[in-house]
Amino acid sequence: MLTYFIQRLVYVVPVSLGVSVFCFLLVHIAPGDPLTAVMPIDATAEQQAAMRAAYGFDKPLPVQFLVWLGNALTGDLGNSIATGRPVAGEVMRAVGNTLILAFAASLIGFSLGILFGFVAGYFKDTPVDRAVTALSITGVSVPNYWLGIVLVVIFSVTLGWLPSTGAGPGGSSAWKWDVEHLRFIILPAVTLSVVPMGIVARTVRALVGDILSQDFVTALAAKGMGRAGILRHVMRNVAPTTLSVVGLQLGYLLGGSILIETVFNWPGTGFLLSNAIFQRDLPLLQGTILVLALFFVFVNLLVDLVQPLVDPRIKRG
Amino acid sequence: MRETLLEISGLNVRFSGARTVHAVNDLSLSLDTGEVLTILGESGSGKSVTLKALLRLLPEKRTAIGGSMKLDGIDVMGLKGRALSDYRGKTVSMIFQEPALALDPVYTIGDQIAEAVRRHTGASRAQAMDVALDMLKRVRIPSAEQRLRNYPHEMSGGMRQRAMVALALACRPRLLLADEPTTALDATVQIQVLLLLRELQKEFGMSIIFVTHDIGVAVEISDRIAVMYAGNIVEEGSAAEIIRDPRHPYTRGLLAANLHDAERGSRLEAIPGSPPPLATKPDHCSFAPRCPHVTPACLKALPPVFRPGPRRRVACVLGERAFTTAQQVPVHEAAQ
Repeated sequence: MLTYFIQRLVYVVPVSLGVSVFCFLLVHIAPGDPLTAVMPIDATAEQQAAMRAAYGFDKPLPVQFLVWLGNALTGDLGNSIATGRPVAGEVMRAVGNTLILAFAASLIGFSLGILFGFVAGYFKDTPVDRAVTALSITGVSVPNYWLGIVLVVIFSVTLGWLPSTGAGPGGSSAWKWDVEHLRFIILPAVTLSVVPMGIVARTVRALVGDILSQDFVTALAAKGMGRAGILRHVMRNVAPTTLSVVGLQLGYLLGGSILIETVFNWPGTGFLLSNAIFQRDLPLLQGTILVLALFFVFVNLLVDLVQPLVDPRIKRG
Repeated sequence: MRETLLEISGLNVRFSGARTVHAVNDLSLSLDTGEVLTILGESGSGKSVTLKALLRLLPEKRTAIGGSMKLDGIDVMGLKGRALSDYRGKTVSMIFQEPALALDPVYTIGDQIAEAVRRHTGASRAQAMDVALDMLKRVRIPSAEQRLRNYPHEMSGGMRQRAMVALALACRPRLLLADEPTTALDATVQIQVLLLLRELQKEFGMSIIFVTHDIGVAVEISDRIAVMYAGNIVEEGSAAEIIRDPRHPYTRGLLAANLHDAERGSRLEAIPGSPPPLATKPDHCSFAPRCPHVTPACLKALPPVFRPGPRRRVACVLGERAFTTAQQVPVHEAAQ
């Protein structure tokens, strides 16, 4: 068991390194010069060269990478070209906001998804199952930014029940878990939760149906287990795969959604990313992508570490 | 001193759905306390369905089931809800063909046995674990204390089947149903499990209904053999009677198809054709299309049942003649 944990932890190092190389290159492969966006059009060649040197763009790529990586390891992701502020601070603030949104969305999406999936799988091929399946397919298929806009039209514009944009009455600066703030999170969280809910529901439905058709369920009935007892076995069997699907979805949610955060003006990582892209703010873009990718790696690590606790078939020791 | 434990009469099982199958047709059978009966037959003859019907494990929605089953004074057909699950595992329990599939992969062996014990006796977790340990020792699983904490995938096939036996017998059932429990095992392990079952059966004084298509296994374990074809019993008798003096053409075919006496290089005797699809309930002898002794009467009505001795029966028009002229029955005599 311990070796398994250590092994998983060690794997994170090369994966993270690969991720950082990729983040770095991705941004440099993309066409367009970051400096032209911020420099005045009539800047002289010397001024441009000076700017380049200031940001280190004049050095060869590998050197740039090592410098960037070295700084990143000390928590310094450089300064934003657009605002001049440290990238690390900007990203962390955005990550905080995205985490709040992701937490709310996963709470809604995963609990409903698991519940719906279970009910549909248990009552397979009944009207209940068909209703849930239709709902989850719709959830996965509907473009969620469109759904977001529709929800805004209904609940904010027409009914006036909920605020349409922003992350709180006093702007994005200070999130609090109170009713005033929660009102702001309902619409984006619901919108964001629809896709993971659909995916989780469909996965759980298939799993439950599969488990119920297995011999050991008959064997459980044969030894006198009642409905509740059998259901408990089914849950334990469904848990491992559900956990990995949920982990994957959580990774996506933590990445923030560019579209939804834009629709709702939610000051998270997605919002930050779209700004960085439009402004060709290289350091900001790199930093944000790196942090998000590392988040993904971290969530997967977490799932890997929890997995053997729920599934004894994963090799121990 | 015979004491009847189980009395099945006129059991009918019909599956509906995409395809209708009359899986069991007017089956009657009785079993004594402490007796081991083997139901012998090929795939699709309704052996396993009969066992499952006895535990009422067939899916209710797609199954029409008729007839009566009385076990130890219990009307099995009338059981519902809590009474039904009390009966399952306590009065009758079952072991399955594939122990790897019949055990829950994410629960330890100990937990799975203890769960059944707690369900039926209301024992505490610790007490139930003690029972589980005792059972694992009785089925001779080495280092039982450790095996208690093992998951099914950490055990060999033979070991898993022993664990399954331990689970099935933990609540001391009156009747054990064994659905081809040795089919998935190596030959050597097969014998061990059979001997173990025989021993435990004597020790606990329970009855066993053993289902198999392997005549060797049937002879090894049983007091009586019932040969099943197309959802009904075509011949029944003591193990010795069936082996030494088979009367039904199907039983003879089965015995002839057995490998044991085959000479190297000689062709194996096989029964031509395949079992009927049973889309409709048989109104004549189901074996007639494959029978070497078929007569016009075979195709007109269900065969009469001859009972030449106590607990001996044959369902065949040749029955009477077969008993008088034991050996040679003219082939296709009537057809020509």
